[in-house]
Amino acid sequence: MARFSPANLERAKELLSHYPRPKSATIPMCHLAQEQDGYLTEDAMGHIAELVGCSNAEVYGTATFYEMFKFHPVGTYVVGVCTNIACLLVGGEELLDHASDSLGIRPGATTADGLFTLEEMECLAACTEAPCLQVNYRYENKVTDEGFDRLVADLRAGKRNDIPRHGTLGAVRQSIPADRRAGVKAI
Amino acid sequence: MPAPTKMISTRWDQADGHTLDGYLRTGGYEALRKALAMAPEAVVDEVKAANLAGRGGAGFPCGTKWGFLPKDVFPRYLVVNGDESEPGTYKDRILLERDPHQLIEGVLIASWAIKAEQAFIYIRGEMPHAHERMAAALNEAYAAGYIGKNICGTDWSIDVVLHWGAGAYIVGEETALIESLEGNRGMPRLKPPFFPASKGLYMQPTVVNNVETLANLPWIITNGAAAFTSFGNEKNTGTRLFAVSGHVKNPGVFEVEFGTTTFRELFYDFCGGIRDDRRVKAFIPGGGSAPWFFEEDLDTPLDAGVVGGKGSMLGSGAIVVMDETTDMVKAAWRIVKFFAKESCGKCSPCREGTNWMEKIYRRILDGEGRPEDVNLLLDVADNISPGLTWPPRQTTICPLGPSAAAGALVSSIRRFPAEYEHYIVHGRPVDGLSTGVYRPSLTSAS
Amino acid sequence: MTDTASATEAPKKTTLTVTIDGTPIEANPGELLIAAAERTGTYIPRFCWHPRMSEVGMCRMCLVEVSGPRGMSLQPACMQPVADGMVVDTKSSTVKKAQDGVLEFLLVNHPLDCPVCDKGGECPLQDQTLTFGPGESRFVEEKRHNEKPIAISDLVLLDRERCILCDRCTRFSKEVAGDPLIHFINRGNQTEVNTFPDDPFASYFSGNVVQICPVGALTASPYRFAARPWDLDQVESTCTSCAVGCRVVVQSSGDEITRLQGVDSDPVNWGWLCDKGRFDFESVSSSSRLSAPVVRAARGAADEKVSWSVANNRIASALRSYDPSQIGFIGGARLTNEDQYAYVRLAKQVLRTDNVDAQLGDGLAADAWLGFPRATIDDLGSAGAIVLLGPDLKEELPVLFLRLRDAATAKRVPVVEFATGPTGSTPYATASVRYRPGEVAVAAKAVVAAAGGNPAERQIGGAESDVINAAGAVLAKAMAAGRKIVVVLGRGSMAEQSASFVEAALSLRDASSGTVVLSAMRRANLHGALDMGMAPGLLPGRVTQAEGAAWYAAHWGTTPTSVGLDTMGMLAAAAAGAIKVLVLLGADPLADCPDHALAEAALAKVDFLVAIDTLPNASNAHADVILPAAGFAEKSGTTTNLEGRVTALSSKVSAAGTARPDWMIASELALILGVDFGYELVGDITADIAAVVPTHAGVTPDALGRSANADGIVVPVVAVVPESMPDAPADGAEASDEPVVPQVALPRPIRVRSTEGVVPVPDSYSLRLITSRVLYDLGSIVQASPSLAKLARPATVRLHSGEIERHAMHPGDLVRVVSQHGELTLPMEADDQLPRGVAFIAWNTAASGANMLINDAELAADGTTKVRLESGRNA
Repeated sequence: MARFSPANLERAKELLSHYPRPKSATIPMCHLAQEQDGYLTEDAMGHIAELVGCSNAEVYGTATFYEMFKFHPVGTYVVGVCTNIACLLVGGEELLDHASDSLGIRPGATTADGLFTLEEMECLAACTEAPCLQVNYRYENKVTDEGFDRLVADLRAGKRNDIPRHGTLGAVRQSIPADRRAGVKAI
Repeated sequence: MPAPTKMISTRWDQADGHTLDGYLRTGGYEALRKALAMAPEAVVDEVKAANLAGRGGAGFPCGTKWGFLPKDVFPRYLVVNGDESEPGTYKDRILLERDPHQLIEGVLIASWAIKAEQAFIYIRGEMPHAHERMAAALNEAYAAGYIGKNICGTDWSIDVVLHWGAGAYIVGEETALIESLEGNRGMPRLKPPFFPASKGLYMQPTVVNNVETLANLPWIITNGAAAFTSFGNEKNTGTRLFAVSGHVKNPGVFEVEFGTTTFRELFYDFCGGIRDDRRVKAFIPGGGSAPWFFEEDLDTPLDAGVVGGKGSMLGSGAIVVMDETTDMVKAAWRIVKFFAKESCGKCSPCREGTNWMEKIYRRILDGEGRPEDVNLLLDVADNISPGLTWPPRQTTICPLGPSAAAGALVSSIRRFPAEYEHYIVHGRPVDGLSTGVYRPSLTSAS
Repeated sequence: MTDTASATEAPKKTTLTVTIDGTPIEANPGELLIAAAERTGTYIPRFCWHPRMSEVGMCRMCLVEVSGPRGMSLQPACMQPVADGMVVDTKSSTVKKAQDGVLEFLLVNHPLDCPVCDKGGECPLQDQTLTFGPGESRFVEEKRHNEKPIAISDLVLLDRERCILCDRCTRFSKEVAGDPLIHFINRGNQTEVNTFPDDPFASYFSGNVVQICPVGALTASPYRFAARPWDLDQVESTCTSCAVGCRVVVQSSGDEITRLQGVDSDPVNWGWLCDKGRFDFESVSSSSRLSAPVVRAARGAADEKVSWSVANNRIASALRSYDPSQIGFIGGARLTNEDQYAYVRLAKQVLRTDNVDAQLGDGLAADAWLGFPRATIDDLGSAGAIVLLGPDLKEELPVLFLRLRDAATAKRVPVVEFATGPTGSTPYATASVRYRPGEVAVAAKAVVAAAGGNPAERQIGGAESDVINAAGAVLAKAMAAGRKIVVVLGRGSMAEQSASFVEAALSLRDASSGTVVLSAMRRANLHGALDMGMAPGLLPGRVTQAEGAAWYAAHWGTTPTSVGLDTMGMLAAAAAGAIKVLVLLGADPLADCPDHALAEAALAKVDFLVAIDTLPNASNAHADVILPAAGFAEKSGTTTNLEGRVTALSSKVSAAGTARPDWMIASELALILGVDFGYELVGDITADIAAVVPTHAGVTPDALGRSANADGIVVPVVAVVPESMPDAPADGAEASDEPVVPQVALPRPIRVRSTEGVVPVPDSYSLRLITSRVLYDLGSIVQASPSLAKLARPATVRLHSGEIERHAMHPGDLVRVVSQHGELTLPMEADDQLPRGVAFIAWNTAASGANMLINDAELAADGTTKVRLESGRNA
């Protein structure tokens, strides 16, 4: 449970500077908080409310609308298996079943060791690569049962450095250099 | 056999196509310089002349959309809709990941044309790779003077901000996207009065354009509207990206001339035919919302007007093919389930109706269907979308609920009533029909 | 219109024609279809639309067919502005099917627990279902389940299963109250209304969401399971919790009040109530109510219950035995106009004492209320600027705060606030001028100077120059545009001299002829009391003793011949032995007078103390005779709000025990003393006031009962009192029957005296005390209302954390707050919104309150109250 760290507070302030109205930075800040803590804590939402100038309930109302935000701890790896139509047609449901059996948890649950949370996902825009899944929103395409087990083994073994822990934003952030900034006008 | 026509997918196979170097080496940002030498009104005219239809789903002409901005009302904003989530749709993500500068250039051309104060690129949250590529490209473009203060040495300045979504299909609807960009729950606004062109972001005039739409602008400015309209047919100009998935041998995303290629050519020539050489039973011509087409529709051209005339839509270029072994009830259920889950909850008919329909489906699939359930499904659907026609009429603010009602549900019930009846009588699908268990071998992420 | 006329200059068409169900109606441009239809007799069903909030078009119940370029289509009538020539069908089969469908959808997840639901019997969803809905549900699946009612605040419970997600409560909290503490959370079918975890809906306006909930999802804990709507009997009345005068319906079951609901009075409360006004009816049936006359043989002796005649005679003989100058009346600001008029006649006509004051030394001089040009609440919304010069409206006059907030947000009227610290209005102020306690007039003059082109160049009166200049710019703009400036005037702090607030208001009045004043004095009928002459030197009708002597001599025969004392003067005189009899009219000087020691000395010293009240309090505990008075909803009459709006009060339940209305008590005492007022019914007094009091000409029971006057009548009925008796009152009131016309000139209206406060001497060692009211305090009505009593926060002394550190102490530590006259020991609370150099203690929140620290003489001499902190007991 934490407010923004000093470094993240600076990032949050940069986000604020990108928008004509502070509240527009709410969702990016929620991502930042989730990157910091792995999920969206009440303290962080309170801090965001202060920064964007609205009530805690308004931040909460916005955040709970969006599926990527978690309000209690989830696994280091959130495994989301798509079962929407394109994946369904080529084994998405079976893959989710296999994942559930293999991890020993139902969709929505987290393994006892805190490593994996399993989720059923809607279309991930990888329909030609079905069945697909994401680990912390990083794609795995045309996944077989064996492929899934290998993926889990690799994650357990720490062999997938390309997949950061849950909540982590992109490795590259937009950063507008002060001398190149056109200047956002408040409205 | 028709070949792909590459207009906006030229750098997909170029290893450094996503970098500024790679982009500049292949003519990048020349269109921007050209546009900046033109009056904004001239750019608008060029885009109008190109008759560029929106690529997000509704197909509204881009230039006309720009023309709705009220004169002399400022500030005004450009918002890029990169919240690609329509089931079956896979094109904007590739454009974002493999050619981000092309989109940025399109954004700048559009911003210049409409005299935008600021531009926002809203990218779906579950696409961190696209986000990283776009962030890197924006940083490069800022550093190189293509965005920000005094663009390309002119006295024009504009900030382009990358914005992340966080997982909500409805945000793809333009007014919901605006709500989301304002930091709110992504619930659509009623049009009228909240047409983005007049009351959009922060209640200011706003243009919301799809990624693919804007990606076309550099080509149009570089080559001219006349060259653009030489591709496609009279009403469907240029090219379009189509993602073909489902039961085809080689699923893929293809850029083809708009309006001329047929579904049959896509499935058989581009995708190598149907798996195990089976027959096509049904296919979705334009995303999960769209009413289904069937075998007899294979020779329909990928022409928005023709597809619309046959009671469906090309939508977002998402084509999902179902072969003769597919369980139609279950396939329709999965689409209804999607809409039930993604309803924003604002309008009672959609919030309650889509979930009710999903529950009825689940009972049928679980072997607990009742003879009256099919009519009940149709009547509940009718209360969300009166008349169950296409394009759907709606008792709701946006078309999400009506899509659930008048799309897959109606298509499958009207075409395959016996499959529903079989479920209801026997508690299981017709023998031999299913929806899955086809597992291609694992390939690594692209 | 003829062709000729249109050829010259066509008058702009001001109404549109819309055809609804085949009948053409006139509608106003911009009007919503749902409103235009209702206004002309066609009710379109709805759940989410509310006329006082923005339209959202969510429930879809109001779908009707509307003509458009592509023929008729279903449109939500709540979001459809009317257009000329529009054709609307509200009853077609398409409409019926759509509305039936919506109703069925809403019932999909709505429990059918109407028999045990508080809303049952008055539920729009239930009514719609019975009127329009399908017979039985086709939904056979299990409904959504939630934990049964959860408390979202101390007063409001939420049953999420019943909620139909209409957005009314959430819109109210954000748009109207500005307390967005409840919100939609989650999405789609999982959407629910809730608070942020552990952050309750602690709004002073929370009860309104219960009233506007179209189903039984939100219930008020004081009403839960109390009654069924069909058992309720109701009357319309006016809330008397504060001076806003919100219109209400008072509902009772049996002989007990069960609920108050706001009535949409357009010039006043728009249907809203604050929680104090909504729930303090609990005090009416409190077991602590005074219910029988009591006499005490001596101070501290046991109560002896006696008959009314014994008690009245005891009082009358005491009054008879003293000179008029030795008798004083304190209080009466919560009584009806009729009660007040009867007491004024008792005091000024019968006893001929002018020692009468409805204020308790915690207000401003009476001529300030009566002498300024007055504003109405509606003026806030049309003003060029609003100046807040007094208390925190959110704490003292909550519904006036809502109207201010609407003016500032929806109508974008700029607000200049003068305050010593943050208030509920600060977020809506263009400039919040933070003056040092005691120096409001200095700061106001600086703002006026800035408006006049002489900007401040340094801090003045504690206020920063940029803020002064920003405030000046707001006023200058309003003046240049010839717009009204509404000054909301009251007493910002009881630890500051009152004169400086009047001085500040005078400087604003002198700066612009467009300045009008809206009173921000809290007690329910203070304005009626002053109109009735309950102040020294005044007679009824806003006239001075000198001006009105002839007029009232003609009506009453006798009037006082010299100007009497105000409350602080009476207390000082009593303490000095000059006043021997004090009559407390619903007053508690020990709690409310800003000099506790003086009040204590006075009450101890007088020979005879009479208290007439509804509830026991610290002061009437000393009384020699206590008479039980009928209270809210136990008596009829009229009341006057802070605009001067006279509205009718209705009785609904029997009075506690043998309690009597005050007018009856006053009349009885007068009769024993030899004067028969001739009042048999309260309406006799209302009629007498209308006939005699110049400002109230025409405000007869009959006029008040007319539907055209449903929102009351603002007095004076004529803007300028003419030199002869008015016989044709304007604006909705008609001439009273055969007014008595004395052959004397009508008194001239009162003028406010110019005043000069003192500027406090800087003292870097001491802190200046601020003390003002909070909504829930130790007042007897709040404390006798169990639902509200628990909301009163324990007293603290609030300080900037720098002050706490300077004294090497910590928040939460007990500290001795010491003035030259008294001391209190309170826990410290850090509040960095306060400036350094001040200490804030909420008024009347501790048994030994902030008035222990205040000395009236020091206030007059120094303008402020200085305190210092000393380390307290070890906690």
